[in-house]
Amino acid sequence: MLDDSRRVIVEIKSVAKHYGEGDARVDALRNLDLKVHAGEVVALLGPSGSGKTTLLNIIGCIIDPSEGQVSLDGEMVYDNKWLRGDLRRLRLDKIGFIFQAHNLLPFLNATDNVALVLQLAGKTAAQAQARAVELLAYLEVGNRARAMPALLSGGEAQRVAIARALANSPRIILADEPTAALDSKRAGIVMDLLRKLAAEQEACIIAVTHDEKILDRFDRLFNLRDGRLEDIIGDAR
Amino acid sequence: MNLAFRDVRHNLFRFLLTCLGLGLLMTVVLAMMGIYNGLVADALNIVKAPQADLWVVEAHTQGPFAEASKIPNDTRDAVARLYGVTQAGSITYQTVEAAFEGATLRLYVIGYERGRPGGPQTITEGRGLQASHFEMVADSKTGLTPGETLMLGRNRFAVVGLVRDTMNSGGDPAVFLTLADAQVLQTQLAPPAARVQAARGGTAPGGATVAALIARLDPSVDPRSVAQTVRQWKHLSALTQAEQEDILIQSVVDKARKQIGLFLGILLTVSAVVIALIIYTMTMEKLKQIATLKLIGAPDRVIIGLIVQQSVALGAVGLTLGLGLILLVKDYFPRRVLLEPVNALALTGIILVVCVLASGLGVRAALKVDPATELGG
Repeated sequence: MLDDSRRVIVEIKSVAKHYGEGDARVDALRNLDLKVHAGEVVALLGPSGSGKTTLLNIIGCIIDPSEGQVSLDGEMVYDNKWLRGDLRRLRLDKIGFIFQAHNLLPFLNATDNVALVLQLAGKTAAQAQARAVELLAYLEVGNRARAMPALLSGGEAQRVAIARALANSPRIILADEPTAALDSKRAGIVMDLLRKLAAEQEACIIAVTHDEKILDRFDRLFNLRDGRLEDIIGDAR
Repeated sequence: MNLAFRDVRHNLFRFLLTCLGLGLLMTVVLAMMGIYNGLVADALNIVKAPQADLWVVEAHTQGPFAEASKIPNDTRDAVARLYGVTQAGSITYQTVEAAFEGATLRLYVIGYERGRPGGPQTITEGRGLQASHFEMVADSKTGLTPGETLMLGRNRFAVVGLVRDTMNSGGDPAVFLTLADAQVLQTQLAPPAARVQAARGGTAPGGATVAALIARLDPSVDPRSVAQTVRQWKHLSALTQAEQEDILIQSVVDKARKQIGLFLGILLTVSAVVIALIIYTMTMEKLKQIATLKLIGAPDRVIIGLIVQQSVALGAVGLTLGLGLILLVKDYFPRRVLLEPVNALALTGIILVVCVLASGLGVRAALKVDPATELGG
């Protein structure tokens, strides 16, 4: 069972998002509440167009909610308006992203892809390189540290992408179909890895997924339908 | 970590190929600049070569470079006696064609009086004219070398020396003959024509006339005052060196100069558009990566740096290639391609501005990229 005494990392209150006005108005999210705790790994499920990505974008401070409140890592960042001026810095410090297709920068090798995030956060080149190498070794792709993304297998590339997402020790990791490009075995390995990292770093992981093979790896499953978190399936484990 | 450099290194072949294309475009721009300069310099060279202070020409004419001018040969003695004149020499100009080694040479023949103003200034190979007849000093662009001979009219001339960069505004290389030989060449008829002329009781046309008279003045004397004195003789006119140069630039080479100048302007505009297009396309191809950069928290300055640095690098490498290429091939142009350091500097400045402005389009597109596009629904 979940320990609700753990720190709340992501808290969303009465968040709504609509596009357009009047007859053309489309409600992507309606009056949505969500709390995700440290160490939790949660999945957002739902059909296409249900609002999963919109919710992920709002938590990632990429798009504005139409109303509501968003707190990240104990800091209220949105209360009917953004309370932080520099949202990119906020993302850099608090949020790591894992994409369906790894989205590594093709002109940087594995180490540099990870080190870039660290350097953007203010680490020196040497510090960033050392930490990147360490992370890649931890994720068991240290032997591919100098390889360019085009030469990495799907699993290796996704591990490098995870290393990049974890580089600045973010409290929130947002994953968009993180195992979609992987076979069942590798998908399981990646999910186990994410669970381990979430526990170790006291981070929470929120993933959008359609991959039924990995649903047993999540602490909670949320079903989004027509912009509502209408069915909390609960602790899946 | 320099993202621009890493991206270039990753796509090095493509980047170099783009630079090569741009470099070829820069070569054409530089060639046009060089031809433009060469046209003006060549036109002025022929006027500057005699180091004249005053040009005495036929009344109501603009001098031998703009229109036909004929004055009596003995004018020189009269002008030489004017106050302030230290040296004077008669000179003729004409364009002829001569056969040489199976090809036709088009030559600008300058006849001058040995020991007087009007002859070649710097002999780069061989010597100047020493004999009274049948010797010539030729511009190296003629392809002639000392020791070779060439038929001009009915006489064979030996090349005794070479000069450089001496040609008329049409680009025809000059040859220097003695005044007497040049006058004969100008007036001598082919044998059949001479026989017809004799049968009709006529004499050889022309007689002792020259195209102009060159005078050098005492430095303390104002050329304008001497020119004014000459103009009082109603059959003559006089132009100072500055007036002669102005006439040449304004009337003789003006159209060609404007034509090339306009073409150069169009070429620069085309280059600017091409550079802008290349940089815009390069940016468009990177929109996904730019969205990723935004999503992971890269500030705008990192993204702007990526685009502007690549744009400037593209311009710099393209310009360097263009400069290298034009320096390699400029001597193979039929007309002189004269490149001054100021041209390279000016083009560097223009390309830098164009690259920065062109990258502005890319930057604008990059800053509009929505990072949300990276998280698919």
